[in-house]
This record gives sequence, structure tokens and C-alpha cells, in this order.
Amino acid sequence: MVDFHGWDMPINYGSQIEEHHAVRQGCGIFDVSHMTILDFEGSESELFIRKLIANDVRKLSENYSGLYSAMLNDKGYVIDDLIAYRMDKGFRLVVNCATRGEDLRWISARAKEYDVNMLEREDLSMVAIQGPQSPNVLKNFPAPIDFLKEKKRQQGIFQDDIFAAKTGYTGELGFEVILPNEKAIDLWNIAISEGAKPIGLAARDTLRLEAGMNLYGFEMDETISPFECNMGWTVCWQDDQRDFFGKESLIKQKESNDLKELVGIITEEKAILRQGQKIHLEEENHARGVVTSGTYSPSLKKPIALARLPKSESTFCFAEIRGKRVKAKIGSPKFIKEGKLIFKEKV
Amino acid sequence: MSLDNEVRYLSSHEWGRIDEDGILTVGISEHAQDLLGDIVFVELPDVGDMLEAEGESAIVESVKAASDVYSPLTGEVVEINEKLLDEPEIINNSPLEDGWFFKIKIDDDLQFADLLTQEEYNDTCED
Repeated sequence: MVDFHGWDMPINYGSQIEEHHAVRQGCGIFDVSHMTILDFEGSESELFIRKLIANDVRKLSENYSGLYSAMLNDKGYVIDDLIAYRMDKGFRLVVNCATRGEDLRWISARAKEYDVNMLEREDLSMVAIQGPQSPNVLKNFPAPIDFLKEKKRQQGIFQDDIFAAKTGYTGELGFEVILPNEKAIDLWNIAISEGAKPIGLAARDTLRLEAGMNLYGFEMDETISPFECNMGWTVCWQDDQRDFFGKESLIKQKESNDLKELVGIITEEKAILRQGQKIHLEEENHARGVVTSGTYSPSLKKPIALARLPKSESTFCFAEIRGKRVKAKIGSPKFIKEGKLIFKEKV
Repeated sequence: MSLDNEVRYLSSHEWGRIDEDGILTVGISEHAQDLLGDIVFVELPDVGDMLEAEGESAIVESVKAASDVYSPLTGEVVEINEKLLDEPEIINNSPLEDGWFFKIKIDDDLQFADLLTQEEYNDTCED
């Protein structure tokens, strides 16, 4: 167990590699109750959320659907990444635990000018159920989670105090359930009895990295543009009448030529890519890139990493590992989806 | 007092054992493999390398972290456990037996007695 921003959380329950495979091949269950759940209600809640985040919740045509977004500061850098769901009376944001304090300060200060109420839902727990077998483990749960089978990715349901949506942080089929604390233990026990394996923080990290999903504080922070952490696609420009925090700065960023990009790298060498290692392009002497997150991929049985590099034509790079230069292929910042290799090498 | 087959430790979590005359087998402790978690790569010294007591001798990488492995005593490498290169998980499964790293020819049996006993090592792990 470790202290994770005030929460006691398990790094692993047994072997982190076995936990990883359990999610890719069967079903894993994650206690993610540390995540901060914020509900927004009020006549101007939509107006406010459209201003607050860079993606546009206007796209959510159905209740309980969610979208991934960045929340930007005035410089157009990332304060946090989050999922925003449309609810019956407003919106629900699920934001990171590590950034909770800063998020609450930022949001509260800006909500004052709107008819909107923010409520932090400490009465709710959050459980993620992920993997190809995930639809099968809650057959006996006394809730309508079965209905989720009919839903597409990012869509959800809400009934009897139980909210569930087809979202996740692993690249696998699965869903996340937000429910009253007192019901969470039942859900956990039923899922386990149906074959779900408990998954700790360590496997959560290898799974999200293979899926090419960002981790706040690693891929991005308050000094990083969404364009430099593969979040450009989450910024919505459709409605040019819409203003959002950071918009003006983003327009300027787009015009500049020195933006770096987040790429995926893979090495065949026996040395693990890890956060902070310097990256050289070609045979250059000065390092111009850095590993943002690196690990050993249990699925590919090779070291993989996300790295921020200057844009270039290079198809490979060199990571500095313990004084040696280790060659790595450059490609898409995604490696695995639904158990299959999706990494595209640059050519 | 016979020190044959007795396991002794460095506080940096390596063990040594005199399995045959003048030859020290070296590995990492049960506690070390538990701290590291799933081990995925190992870099071993070459046969013929001269290692120094408490000097760097090998590298072990788990998903979590990379860690140097130090030689408990001074000596020349006479054998390495090549199986670990393809199946590093052996170290997790059997750190004190099948998961040994290398064997060195030591000149001086006496120094072995200076290494930590099991009990002394256990005490350092609890601190």
C-alpha cells in the first residue's frame, strides 16, 4: 500500500504483470474512488462548462454520455484532464485526485459569475471494470448495468443511484461505475466472485501507457500545451462563437513553429525507458526530447514510452539510459487497443 | 565453525553462499525481489571479470525500477546464470536458489564471515 495523495492505495495485489494480462485477456476491477467527482447544477451550468473546458459538451446529445477534455489556464496550458458527462440537471466532471486542490480553486473562482452550483461528491465511490470479459462479471448485480451492453463507447446509464458509462483508462472494452459508497463494496465483491481480478496502481500505469493515455504530471502539466501532449484532438473549434479559457493563447500557439509533439517509442534493447530520460534525434549530440512516461510493456514484452520530441522526419531516436544510447523506433503515441497492436511506426 | 551453505548478506540486499570450496554464489534476497516487483531484464557480468567487494556487478530491472547489484566479496567471475537473461522471472520465483546471478572465485574465505548473517540482515530490512 502507498499513500497516494491522501488515499491508501495498493501498488499491486500480487504480480503487476499478471494483473496487466488479466485486464487484456479477461477482466480486471480497479478501485478508483480517489478520483474527484464534481457535479454542476444551475440554469447556467452548460454555459459555464462550455467556458471552463476546451472540448465542447454541446457535442453530448444524450444524457450520461461523456467526453474527454483538457481544462486550460489563460496561457493555454493544461491544468487538468477530465471526463465531462451530461447529467439530468447539469454536468458531472471527473477530475484527477493529484490536482484536486488546484482544480477546485480554479473552478470555484470562475463559477462565481455564473448561476451554477458545484458539489464535490465525497459520498460516491468509483470502480472501473475493464477487459474483454467485463460485461459478464456484473450479471448478478442488482442494477441496470446490463443495459450498458446496448451502449456505445462514452455512453452511459443512470438508475437507482448508480451511474455507469463505457469509459476507461486501459484501451479495453469496459466501464466505470460511480455509486454510493455503501453500495460499492457489494459491487466489488460480486465482480470478484464472477471472476474479475483486482488491479493495483502499477498495472493501471502499464495499461494506460500501452493504450497511449496521458497521466497528469507526466505527459502534461501547467506548462504544457494540449498540442504537445496529443490532446489537440480534444480541443473543439466547431462553434467559433464559443469562448473558453485558454482559447486566445491556443490560437497563438497554433501559429508558432516550435511546438513539440508527443510520440510513442519502442526499443528492442534490454533497457527500460523511464520518465525523464533524454532523447536524441538521429546522431545529434544535444538532447532535444524527453521520455514523459516509460515502462516495460507486458503485452509487447518490450520497453515502450511516450516521449516529447521536436517535430522531425526521423523514424528513430536514441534514449540516454545509464550513460548509454539506446536506439528506439518512433511511431504513434498508442500501442495497444482491445488487446491488439496498433502502434504505427513512422516511415 | 563451518560456513558452508550458510547464506550471508550485504545490507544492499545481495546474498552470497559458499556452495563449493573457494566459490561464492551470488544473488539478491527475497526481500529485494519483493521490493522490485516483476523483474524483466538482467545485465550480468562476463565470465573472467574481476569484481570488487561492494562494487557494481550486475543490473536488475523490474517494471518499477532499475537497481545495481553489488558483489558481496572480491573475486573473479567463473560462471553466470544465463537462464536469467531469457527468464528473469526466475529471480522473483526463486531468488535464493534457481535465481542466482553469478559465481565468483574468492581468495579469502575469512571475509565471508564479515558479511551480515540472516538475522542481522533481517534487522536492517526492518529499519
